[in-house]
Amino acid sequence: MSTARDEILERIRDAMGGATSTREAEYAAIPRNYRRTGSLETSAKLELFVARLLDYGATVYHAPENDVAVSVREALKARAKASLLIPRDLPRAWLPDGFNFFREGPSYQEVEASEGVLTDCALAIAATGTIVLRHSAGEARRALSLIPDYHLCVVFASQVVETVPEGIQLMKAFVDVPITTIAGPSATADIEMTRVKGVHGPRTLDVILAG
Amino acid sequence: MSTYVGNAADAPKFQVAAKRLVRDTQLRHNVRHATGVIRKKRAIVVDEMPDWHELRESGHEIKQHVMRHLDFYLEQFEKACTAAGGTVHWARDADEANGIIVGLVQAHQAKEVIKVKTMTSDEIRLNVALEAAGITPYETDLADLIVQLGEDKPSHIVVPALHRNRMEIRRIFLDKMNLSELSDKPEDLAAAARVYLREKFLRVPVAISGANFAIANSGSVCVVESEGNGRMCISLPRVLISLVGIEKIIPTFQDLEVFLQTLPRSATGERMNPYNSIWTGVTPDDGPQEFHVVLLDNGRTKVLGDREARETLDCIRCGACLNACPVYRQTGGHAYGSVYAGPIGAILTPQLQSMEHSQTLPYASSLCGACYEVCPVKINIPEILVHLRGKVVERGDGPFVERMAMKAAAYALESPERLDRARKLGRIAQVPFTKDGIISHLPGGLDAWTAVRDLPAIPQESFREWWVKRERQTGL
Repeated sequence: MSTARDEILERIRDAMGGATSTREAEYAAIPRNYRRTGSLETSAKLELFVARLLDYGATVYHAPENDVAVSVREALKARAKASLLIPRDLPRAWLPDGFNFFREGPSYQEVEASEGVLTDCALAIAATGTIVLRHSAGEARRALSLIPDYHLCVVFASQVVETVPEGIQLMKAFVDVPITTIAGPSATADIEMTRVKGVHGPRTLDVILAG
Repeated sequence: MSTYVGNAADAPKFQVAAKRLVRDTQLRHNVRHATGVIRKKRAIVVDEMPDWHELRESGHEIKQHVMRHLDFYLEQFEKACTAAGGTVHWARDADEANGIIVGLVQAHQAKEVIKVKTMTSDEIRLNVALEAAGITPYETDLADLIVQLGEDKPSHIVVPALHRNRMEIRRIFLDKMNLSELSDKPEDLAAAARVYLREKFLRVPVAISGANFAIANSGSVCVVESEGNGRMCISLPRVLISLVGIEKIIPTFQDLEVFLQTLPRSATGERMNPYNSIWTGVTPDDGPQEFHVVLLDNGRTKVLGDREARETLDCIRCGACLNACPVYRQTGGHAYGSVYAGPIGAILTPQLQSMEHSQTLPYASSLCGACYEVCPVKINIPEILVHLRGKVVERGDGPFVERMAMKAAAYALESPERLDRARKLGRIAQVPFTKDGIISHLPGGLDAWTAVRDLPAIPQESFREWWVKRERQTGL
């Protein structure tokens, strides 16, 4: 008896009249005449990114490249937070005095009980206001930036690309680790197409744009 | 073992179901309102893209390429996913897929599973199979939850509860979540769902997802969503099972640069949906430590065999064709009797069932072409609808009167003289049925045509007759 695998592959070959040998050349010849690189100056690109974040309802803080901590303090004060979870490798210098920061490691229940999470990111895409998390030592395992109700994310200006294809190009380098892309806080429009911010993911997203 | 699409094989004819549903004014209002909102949002974010046409073209070409080499890409995906710690299963049909999934859940002694929105699981009636095995599935997408708790059926492939308004949803939640009070504000309804599901996300050990894209060269799976329920399901439980139709394969990670631009703009009118999750096999210390992919055929290879309708499988399930369709906007999704409603459902549903069921669906369209115009992968739905109508007639499943009428038309159109005679005859025959130039009720078997539309009466003078007369009068 043939296996399901063999049978399905056989059905496909029957349907298509057998494989052709031109696959690679054919793939290379697929027209890609859409925009694959951006055209904006750096300042315009960053303005676009910030506009998109504001559009999603995120609060954006601007920090000097070498003093992220000052904006972390500002954001936590504005949101009345006393403590945050942080990934294992988050730079010590980003953490202002006077708050409690817990390195990752607790159980889901402890993460659930936390006030929020502070992470960095791998890159960001201006055209769509997308932040890309590469789940690793700096951006933590996936649960950490998902379960808490508040996510504060640090994006460096140098990490912002303009278009989706430029972002995908960079993401290709770390496809072996889990990737999450975030465009604003979780949302739904399932009830009468009325947009509601915040369902299961963090209901509040703040961004620190550094540099 | 058998291939089926939900309960479509037992559904009433489209025309019968539609006739009943269009009398439900509340439903029509809900559907028109919701589709109107999405259409407007979509138009804004599509119009701002200078390269929209090029993105559609590339999406179409990538998908066509995949179909030509589907055997290669499936094997490539299997190899890469397995190398990354995943396990790949193959299912010839719905029953086989259900058997695999139920077996995996039982192997972990789990009595409950959490689910991320997957229309494919509705196609194979997975929830029925799970419940029969004593396993409780919890839908976690808000709209799916509304449908599940309301013991209802999905009516849209992206927003399955689009036919419900806030008052109806409030009543369902009050009943099924055992709440003493709840307002009908969308914010409060969403918050109720958050509380109801949170405990399940943190506790239930097995999750079942679908996939928007399965990437052949890396073995990765991509889930596109908005609420965060997808992220919860794919990253918190110990075991994750992803049900993937074989047409969901794309060749490379790079190809996401096309679809992650066209899908969110087409589906919900967003530049980018709030969350995309992409994962590859199993990652130590992060998320499920056991990952299964079930690759599903269930009639797809049959669709592949029909050259003229093959591109049906290119669909990325954005739902734009439903929102654009003047028929869907009047009837809503339930009239189609399938988990896949609207124009794409009208071509996909009968084909998956080898054209043996749902034969009225290819007629559920005015062929206006709005679906083709908005399709982000350029599926020529009107052409396929006509092609499938041809197949229905060829099988002898077309209405008897229609076949007779077509024969009569073929005879009359043979020569101008015959057409002239037929027209004169018609002018006399139509008198008892005509009012103000409109025929609303034809007699005998012909009433099937006028049951759902008015027919303009044959005018007293045809263009050809007028032309001849004009030539005579002016002496030209």
